[in-house]
Amino acid sequence: MSDIDTLETDARTRIAAAETLADLESLRVEFLGKQGSVSALLKTLGGMSAEERQSEGPKIHALRAGVSDALSGRKAALEARALEAQLASETLDLTLPAPEAPRGSVHPVSQVMDELAEIFADLGFAVATGPEIEDDWHNFTALNMSETHPARAMHDTFYFPDVDAEGRRMLLRTHTSPVQIRSMVAQGAPIRIIAPGRVYRSDSDATHTPMFHQVEGLVIDKGIHLGHLKWTLETFLKAFFERDDIVLRLRPSYFPFTEPSVEVDVGWQDVNGRRVLGGDGDAPGHGWMELLGSGMVNARVLEFAGLDPAEWQGFAFGIGVDRLAMLKYGMDDLRAFFDGDQRWLAHYGFSPFDQPTLSAGVGART
Amino acid sequence: MKFSLEWLKYFLDTQADAAEIAAALNRIGHEVEGIEDPAEKLSGFRVAKVLTAKPHPDADKLQVLTVETGDGDPLQVVCGAPNARAGMLGVLGLPGVVVPANGMELRKSAIRGVESNGMMCSVRELELGDEHDGIIELPEDAPVGQSFAEYHAASPVFDVAITPNRPDCMGVYGIARDLVAAGVGTFNPVAIEAIAGEGACPVEIRTDDPDGCPAFYGRVIKGVTNGSSPAWMQRRLIAAGQRPISAIVDITNYLMLAFGRPAHAYDLAKLTGAVVARRAANGETVEALNEKTYTLDESMTVIADDAGVHDIAGIMGGEHSGVTDATTDVLLEIAYFDPERISVTGRKLGLASDARTRFERGVDPAFLDDGLALLTELILRICGGKASEVVRAGSPPIAPKVIAFDPSLTSRLGGIEVDEAEQRRILTALDFAVADDWQVTCPPRRHDIEGPADLVEEVVRIHGLDAVQSTPLPRAEGVATPTATPLQIIERKLRRSAAARGLSEAVTWSFLPVPQAEHFADEAPLWVLDNPISEDMKAMRPSLIPGLLSAAKRNADRGAASSRLFEIGRRYFRGADGASDERPTLGVVMAGEKRARGWASGKAAMFDAFDAKAEALALLEAAGVPTQNLMVMGEAGAQFHPGQSGTLRLGSKNVLARFGTLHPTTLKAFDVDGPVMAVELFLDKIPEKRGGGSFARSAYAPPALQAITRDFAFLVASDLATGELVRTIKGADKQAIVDARVFDVFAGQGVPEGKTSVAIEVTLQPGEKSFTDAEIKAVSEKIVAAAAKRGAELRG
Repeated sequence: MSDIDTLETDARTRIAAAETLADLESLRVEFLGKQGSVSALLKTLGGMSAEERQSEGPKIHALRAGVSDALSGRKAALEARALEAQLASETLDLTLPAPEAPRGSVHPVSQVMDELAEIFADLGFAVATGPEIEDDWHNFTALNMSETHPARAMHDTFYFPDVDAEGRRMLLRTHTSPVQIRSMVAQGAPIRIIAPGRVYRSDSDATHTPMFHQVEGLVIDKGIHLGHLKWTLETFLKAFFERDDIVLRLRPSYFPFTEPSVEVDVGWQDVNGRRVLGGDGDAPGHGWMELLGSGMVNARVLEFAGLDPAEWQGFAFGIGVDRLAMLKYGMDDLRAFFDGDQRWLAHYGFSPFDQPTLSAGVGART
Repeated sequence: MKFSLEWLKYFLDTQADAAEIAAALNRIGHEVEGIEDPAEKLSGFRVAKVLTAKPHPDADKLQVLTVETGDGDPLQVVCGAPNARAGMLGVLGLPGVVVPANGMELRKSAIRGVESNGMMCSVRELELGDEHDGIIELPEDAPVGQSFAEYHAASPVFDVAITPNRPDCMGVYGIARDLVAAGVGTFNPVAIEAIAGEGACPVEIRTDDPDGCPAFYGRVIKGVTNGSSPAWMQRRLIAAGQRPISAIVDITNYLMLAFGRPAHAYDLAKLTGAVVARRAANGETVEALNEKTYTLDESMTVIADDAGVHDIAGIMGGEHSGVTDATTDVLLEIAYFDPERISVTGRKLGLASDARTRFERGVDPAFLDDGLALLTELILRICGGKASEVVRAGSPPIAPKVIAFDPSLTSRLGGIEVDEAEQRRILTALDFAVADDWQVTCPPRRHDIEGPADLVEEVVRIHGLDAVQSTPLPRAEGVATPTATPLQIIERKLRRSAAARGLSEAVTWSFLPVPQAEHFADEAPLWVLDNPISEDMKAMRPSLIPGLLSAAKRNADRGAASSRLFEIGRRYFRGADGASDERPTLGVVMAGEKRARGWASGKAAMFDAFDAKAEALALLEAAGVPTQNLMVMGEAGAQFHPGQSGTLRLGSKNVLARFGTLHPTTLKAFDVDGPVMAVELFLDKIPEKRGGGSFARSAYAPPALQAITRDFAFLVASDLATGELVRTIKGADKQAIVDARVFDVFAGQGVPEGKTSVAIEVTLQPGEKSFTDAEIKAVSEKIVAAAAKRGAELRG
């Protein structure tokens, strides 16, 4: 065995045995450093004859490359081992909880109002608003309910002691219908609006709260008739409940501000003890539910709003927003809507990203 | 309104059953709210005869009866009714039957040691009326053993909601007429024959108030016996929910419920002088039949004699002139009162009655003579006596209304094609007279018919609204255009931003208890309800914070560790001309723990004023406000902690928001534990985007060279607003300085008393060339000089 072979064997053995990077470095110096043993062998090449160099040169270079490879191989191994050890020391118990972020929600009434706005925008309806503290002219008189009209007394109105500059008694609007008047006066005809908002009746029991939400719909144009009303309500309810089997039943009724007046029932079916809208109310296992009041706008109301009833006609309807929310999303207690109970809001509230859109469906499914 | 099928069939010949009739009523606009079949609940009860009655050996108020039931041996029954006696007939319930009034199943039992095999029932126990003074007494000819339901001719009872425009259907007769028009059977018109009477009416009858009482007809009937009304009448009245009282009272009630026609009977013996319809004098009083005394005023019409007021016209009779069992001579009154007058009087007096309901909606002005004839006929038949001639004071408004109708309007407005012959048939069946040229004369009882649209309604409701075909609204071409207003868009963005920031949207009452509203009103005059539902819901809110704060309190009371609530709604103020000024507002309340204690974060952290500031800024930014221009100023309001609250303004005047820690007195007033943070954004103050904004953003021009930062530490007076220092520094060289950020604030050891150390990182943005050292030095000097104007000195 030549010296070179001996040196290589020795070097490889010792490199493989090095346990630290520092040991490895001193081995590198010992072998490959300026004074190193392999370097010394390289230096001998200069003093060799050409023949010797031809035979020894490749061996010595191979020795150098071999030692160098062994050093870097061992270095990588030691570094990997060190990293492994470091990572082992950094282990986290990831069964521990991550930092919590509060989860907010959108109230069902707002969600449903956004859904209504989206659906009706597609049908060409704008969203109109009006004051909640109204005068009795806009809330009653202009809607064909004179001072002594019996329907006025049936409204359970909240009154203020105040009158406005024109001597009109101030009150909390009992319905969203005064927005009809204000919108027609401001915009004239043709007009298509919905008017969602808070309304008030002095009524409080298991199913009534003194404040609740309504949405009013109004279409005034030429040649509008009950058939358009029926289509609009059907189209809206189909879009809102995302069901094609919505069936409506129109019943004659009475509202001072419409003539003819129509009460609208919608067919429901019993699904595991819950009333789910859809299907013909007369079918077995089905029933009818009173949903909303509507009708053709009374000629007197058009006159009060400054429109010529010989030229313009149209329909109006009003629905409870809270009721729609309950029917769609399954809440059963109206009073809980207004309590601000963080648990209820978390349960029935909506993600901010449930923004109703026509392409994704206006409803938010769980 | 309630009525029995049997009563309806008196006026209507039909094979239809109760369900079919109910469906027809619903179809034509008389909503059936319920059908009750008393035969079901009366099953098991039977006519029985009391054979003997002996005192209970062990109880003073009880008797032991033997009762013949119609089959088998007589039964022993213990009974507590004072009117139970041998020989009477009554209604017996046997063990196993259920008492309608309380749902109890009868059992064979021992009452104070005496066996009882059933129960003799009262009117109330069988839900036939309110009476409970004793057990039911049946006439002597009642067949013992017969099912009581059969004997009673129990008939299904409809409960129908009559809309206020149809007073003509507030009587069974009118309902029958409507059903006939809708094809349910044939009409049995009542033949009404005038009764001439004998001799002049002995009482003078006048109307001195022709506006309030245009017509007052009357007559006297002498020699009546006012006993009980006949069983057939009582049955109908009871089914209608009307308690039988005496024959004459029952007859007037019968007229009202059958024909929608209130009338009144006075005991002639209790009247003195002429009976006159006149205005009441201010302060005049009357004790009404409900035994309450009412004080009247000169706007009210009354019926009075020389002695005083006997009747609040059209609303309620007087206690002292009403008929009693002892009455022998009666004066009948049938009048027409002005509907508006009745409505106003009823409202002023707070007095509701069946008569008022009908008069204020409008009774049939052409039914005075007929009504009086019916009344007379019934009294003469049931109570005997002799009628005088009729006196007619004044005349009712029966001028017919004629409407020019175009039958094509039915399809144009109603959306249904109904052929002209059918339209004519329907109107005629409803008693309208339709001329060849479609001039339609309305029956005077139909006060609700004002114009052609009302006739369309008559046609379509009888023809059936099922025939309305859905017709699409004309649709604008292309994709629907946006409709939301700028405020609506802002509200939607805010709502979803707030929810995305972890706040839950609440909807709280618009009204508050007055003290809570006043606490937040800042002296602004409140809107306070005249007739609140409770003291807690009396004043319209001037702020959204109280409602949210109360909700947070309820959450805390339920054990919640924290509340993060927001609401978007209105605050209510007074506007010009007495109108309301409703300002759209977003409120936030954060109470309790901001962060629960945690294994990594340690102790629980409470919310602080900077959390409130963060929400205010983030939400204003979501609303499109240029938040870098906002100024933080004071004056958040007395409801806030004076040292931990502020306002955010654009310019020094326009307050967009207030935020901070609520004042301890506020928390005390609401009984809430603190600290609690609140924010209010005043959405009406948010400036609109110029021209509604544009889609194209400004051109993107990132600086070519990298920015550099330099840190400065200053010693400042502790009461200096750091924001001012930052603003001053930013202004020191508007070209080079693009940002200045506070990264450390320290007071205490190493910092002189009254001073604070503030460390600020300033970002300098070179333009086309990198800064030279000299340029950086120059900017630094400007920064130090500017800071010095605020009293800041550079730390060594």
